[in-house]
Amino acid sequence: MSGTSHHDHDHDHDHDHGHDHGHDRDQAHPGHAKDEKVHGYYQLLGLALKELLIEKGVITAAEVRAAIEARDAITPSLGGKVVVRAWTDAAYKARLLADAHSAILELGIDMGPTELIVAENTPAVHNVIVCTLCSCYPRNLLGLPPSWYKDRDYRSRVVREPRAVLKEFGTELPDDIDVRVHDSTADLRYLVLPMRPQGTETMSEAQLADIVTRDCMIGVTVPKAP
Amino acid sequence: MSGAATLTEPRFAAGDIVLVRDDYPPGHIRTPVYVRGKRGVVTRCFGAFKNPELLAIGKDGLPKKILYEVLFKQTDLWPDYAGPATDSLLIDIYEHWLTKA
Repeated sequence: MSGTSHHDHDHDHDHDHGHDHGHDRDQAHPGHAKDEKVHGYYQLLGLALKELLIEKGVITAAEVRAAIEARDAITPSLGGKVVVRAWTDAAYKARLLADAHSAILELGIDMGPTELIVAENTPAVHNVIVCTLCSCYPRNLLGLPPSWYKDRDYRSRVVREPRAVLKEFGTELPDDIDVRVHDSTADLRYLVLPMRPQGTETMSEAQLADIVTRDCMIGVTVPKAP
Repeated sequence: MSGAATLTEPRFAAGDIVLVRDDYPPGHIRTPVYVRGKRGVVTRCFGAFKNPELLAIGKDGLPKKILYEVLFKQTDLWPDYAGPATDSLLIDIYEHWLTKA
């Protein structure tokens, strides 16, 4: 995405046209052959559009840069804050499951017009998120998705053989835990609320935040007590 | 919201068995091919959203379409599914892709 679609944060269907690396390319020095990349059709189209918009005075290069910076500043630690709060405050957890959009706003995180659904892991259910059509992801909460999330390999396999894919992430689930795959293909974004692991009862909120990783909130792993 | 013809009453409710249209029109379709023609159960209704098939071609996306969460048993999606029969897949589908099964 980056420069080409920064004006369209709220609808993050970027369809994997490689926009995510736009800023790397922008920063590359023309003289450095090792930094040079082969631009695909859509990357060229995106670059051309950005340059035209700047030339015509619709947007400025500084605005593009600032949008990239703001986007890159969102990290999975925001999502971790939400999870730790839900682990330590039962009333908050209830609000989060009922209306995630409002509940995260309480913590100062704004999904904009995008709806958020929180899928709770329980001793009987394990949730995992994918977007088979492109790369829909709760970007306002977790930042940019990891590259494997956008790969055809993950997107095509996790809906068909989720347990095999989870095992490759080191997550082996017994057969009596139902695996629920959420294919996020429309207007909603999903966050997995992992289970608080045993042995973390005396940990501080900051210590708990350290074990809530991005991958736990996508659902390909589960948090582990240190 | 455009015009009196805008349909906002959901046709389906949680618990309804639905069949996804087995249809392959051209364009920007947010219903993945692997669920088309499959039978699932509505788990919740998310309300009305602009139609992405129209938004994708520069239209206003109106009338809005009701969006549902539909649950499929993995063994219904993939006859050779290797995991337990209780594994499932949930996906968001717009109303015009669903029929009562």
